[in-house]
Amino acid sequence: MEFVKPSIEYFELSPLFVLFGAACLGVIVEAFAAREQRHRLQVTLSTVAVGAALVLTVLVGLDLPETASARGILAAEGSVAVDGPTVFLWGTVLVFALAGIALFAERRLEAGVPAFAGQAAALPGSEAEREASTKGLSHTEVYPLLMFAVTGMLLFPASGDLLTMFVALEVLSLPLYLLCGLARRRRLLSQEAALKYFLLGAFSSGFFLYGVALVYGYAGTMDLGGIATAVQNNTQDRVLLLLGIAMLSVGLLFKVGAVPFQAWTPDVYQGAPTAVTAFMSAATTVAAFGAIARVYYVAFGAGRWDWQPLLWVVAILTMLVGSIVAAVQTDVKRMLAYSAIAHTGFLLVGVLGVQAGADLGPDEITSTQAILFYLVTYGVASIGTFALVTMVRDGGGEITALDRWAGLGRRAPWVAGTFVLFLLSMAGIPLTGGFIGKWSVFTVAMSSGAWPVVLVAIASSIIAVSFYVRHVRTMFFTEPAEGVEGASVTAASPLTTATVAVCAVATVVLGVVPGPLLDLAGHAGDFIR
Amino acid sequence: MLSALLLVPLLGALAVALLPAAHSRSIAIGASAGTLGLGIAALTRYDTGAGGYQLSETVNWIEPLGVHYALGLDGLGLLMVLLTVVLVPVVIVAGWAEGEANPRSYYAWVLALEGLSLAVFLATDVFLFYVVFEATLIPAYFLIGGFGGAKRASAALKFLMFQLGGGLVLLASVIGLYVVSAQQGEASYLLTDLQGLDLATDTGRWLFVGFFIAFAIKAPLFPVHTWLADTTEQATPGTSVLLVCVLDKIGTFGMLRFCLGLFPEASQWATPVVVTLAVVSIIYGAFVAIGQDDLLRLIGLTSLSHFGFITLGIFVFSSQGGSGAILYMVNHGLGTALLFLVAGYLIQRRGTASIREMGGLEKTTPVLAGLFLVAGLATLGLPGLSPFVSEFLVLLSAFDYHWWVGALAVTGIVLAAIYVLWAYQRIMTGPRDDAAGTPDATTREWVAVAPLVAALVFFGFYPQPLLDASNPYVDDLMQIVGVTDDQPTVPLGGAGEAGN
Repeated sequence: MEFVKPSIEYFELSPLFVLFGAACLGVIVEAFAAREQRHRLQVTLSTVAVGAALVLTVLVGLDLPETASARGILAAEGSVAVDGPTVFLWGTVLVFALAGIALFAERRLEAGVPAFAGQAAALPGSEAEREASTKGLSHTEVYPLLMFAVTGMLLFPASGDLLTMFVALEVLSLPLYLLCGLARRRRLLSQEAALKYFLLGAFSSGFFLYGVALVYGYAGTMDLGGIATAVQNNTQDRVLLLLGIAMLSVGLLFKVGAVPFQAWTPDVYQGAPTAVTAFMSAATTVAAFGAIARVYYVAFGAGRWDWQPLLWVVAILTMLVGSIVAAVQTDVKRMLAYSAIAHTGFLLVGVLGVQAGADLGPDEITSTQAILFYLVTYGVASIGTFALVTMVRDGGGEITALDRWAGLGRRAPWVAGTFVLFLLSMAGIPLTGGFIGKWSVFTVAMSSGAWPVVLVAIASSIIAVSFYVRHVRTMFFTEPAEGVEGASVTAASPLTTATVAVCAVATVVLGVVPGPLLDLAGHAGDFIR
Repeated sequence: MLSALLLVPLLGALAVALLPAAHSRSIAIGASAGTLGLGIAALTRYDTGAGGYQLSETVNWIEPLGVHYALGLDGLGLLMVLLTVVLVPVVIVAGWAEGEANPRSYYAWVLALEGLSLAVFLATDVFLFYVVFEATLIPAYFLIGGFGGAKRASAALKFLMFQLGGGLVLLASVIGLYVVSAQQGEASYLLTDLQGLDLATDTGRWLFVGFFIAFAIKAPLFPVHTWLADTTEQATPGTSVLLVCVLDKIGTFGMLRFCLGLFPEASQWATPVVVTLAVVSIIYGAFVAIGQDDLLRLIGLTSLSHFGFITLGIFVFSSQGGSGAILYMVNHGLGTALLFLVAGYLIQRRGTASIREMGGLEKTTPVLAGLFLVAGLATLGLPGLSPFVSEFLVLLSAFDYHWWVGALAVTGIVLAAIYVLWAYQRIMTGPRDDAAGTPDATTREWVAVAPLVAALVFFGFYPQPLLDASNPYVDDLMQIVGVTDDQPTVPLGGAGEAGN
């Protein structure tokens, strides 16, 4: 057998290489640098790496070759698709990663230490833990872990075949499982969250892998393009295909927390360190929806009628469960977790839209465009809200009980006001980015005739509004009950403050002048086959 | 020109929010006076003889979505704009003490509400309209929730949930319009482009339903009116004026501009249902108002009855009805504002809004009693005050539509006489010891409401200026809905004389 040297498009894949290399370098730094140096080194390294990857992404984006159907190339022997949507998603994930680094590096809120455990291996409540915390130790491994996760997030939506997609799924998930268990406070909750996330995640990965095998059995190839051809031409063994789609969907829908695979979301969102939640809620959703769109549109695009009914049901259930259950939460982070589930549902509504620009009028927005835009607006609002949650605390750490947020509007008008802005954006009130996002996904779904789903989406938006508004009311028009101490706001370092400010400005700008970003998302064009 | 009309109050709101609280009131007065000036300037530049949109400004806003920043003024918009710019300074001066607790947020939200409401009346792009339509809820929510009675937080929540619910239903229709317009060529949200759409009957009706539900909640009409009384009871009188006299007008304004303007076929199709709801609102609102003990609640419910009249006028599809409805919107704004503000004066003095707890004020506060009587008589449609003219026109057109609709609507007038006069009797007359020593209206108080009284009397005898503004608009509208009937000026002149 002759060995053929694979051709690797180093330039197009450079953001991946840079991040992966930097993550490995981070591990080495962890091993060799002095303890007191590590924080500074790691933060610098990861910021530079993510920044460089961002610049490279822009360069790649400017230089994408045009092909017959879309812009972009299939790199690395077809296993990575670098096309317009990929570049857009890369840029989005990397920007969110920068925000993540800023939140990870916040040390003023905990009086000089980060929000991560001093020594993760020490048992909660043990002597070792106390020792680690008096010494002011902290885990700086979080930065390499973050970069590994980001590498996976970049590869996930760009995968050109199912096996690469599986590898990317694992690369992005494993570091996240770890990060979730590293909270400095309420460690048992955090560890439980990590374990739960890991177990369920591993289980769903199994489903995904099984789905890959079944689809391979049907199509004889792992290639998304090859599968698309098979779906068009091969009418044999449809059962294998349908089962394969179902299994793959389990794996993918688990990652975005769609019903009925949403059970992990509230526990993980609540238990994980809030900085991790902020990063995860935004960036994982972006990566996973990129992958969902690619799998459904590219590989199974011709078999739309096979998966669309399934997705209808999942979308409807996700929106309803997310918004109804959120309405009865008494914890801010859990409420936001269920709201994230509802938003997953709204995004799935977008996935149901018309797929390709070719099916539409010249100026009409495409499904991909709508999803990409929504991902940005939701991610920005989500990072902003969680970043604000880190600032609302008392002596014992963050306060997430809703009733203790009462009267915050009076005590800290700026923090509460900004929080309201993000809630309004999530609720889809005009003049915020969330409104345009919601408008876009509803529009594409309506264009494709999925109006019943849109009506359900509107009904769940109304329910969702009710709990956002209830929270606004708690902050502005209620005082804490007798015997309940109201939460106060701790001044954060410029890292967190700047993140919040950028998110707030972005939310307003995306609501008032969404044109440029919409254009950019439209310019990204279709997925390459 | 029109942009300046929006920007002055919005920038004023920003200035109030950022500058120290000591300056809040003076900035608010300045900004609202400036807006009033701009409104009058717009009036002088507006050519009442011509129809269509004037002083238009159109800029592409979100090109991929076919959205424009487009403003324009037509007869209907002009009257609504003038009503708004007049009422806001009146409210600020009359409700001197309302914002005392937190002047910065009070005046900032009032000005923001003014700017956004003006944008609603000026928008000639459906998307822009939707955006500002929803955005008005934010200042309204904070005004209700932040100032007023003890249960104001719940009232504000109820208000917001109703309105946002309606708004989201509207969103479905707005998206539907985009889809249809994109299918028929280039997607555009400009009203002028949308009017050219070729809507399938079913599509048009579905879209109409979305628009109508939103506007029925806004206006409000029976059975989606339940937020109204709770809100006016808890909100301060000034806020209620802004809500009922300005914001709720968006409901009937929207029915005229969007329901009739974009979906004439569907509007005709829905007429029986809408007319029934309107008549039920007229009678039900009046009956419930009679039974109220809370003065502010009572006034809120009378508005339900009035909005029934306006909707009736709109949906009988005649020039008389249309002109009557538009006039009614203006007159109701003036009359009800006066009623709310004077009620506010009374409540402030007596420390209660309960009608039962008042009484005997006529002797000690004759000026207030007089103002209240004028407002009340305007509300019940006494000839010589402007609401009479519009009520007369609406009833005339209702009788033309179906005699029994007119007959039922007329009972609203009788009932109005009961709730107004009975309330007056219980509040103002009768022996009551604790009424003694109640101070009468201060100069500021009566100066604040004097313009309203003057306008009520002036337009009661000479409604022609209002008709001149609205007639070209109604002509255009009747052409769109395909009704050709007599020129509305003729009966209107007669109505003015009847007022004499």
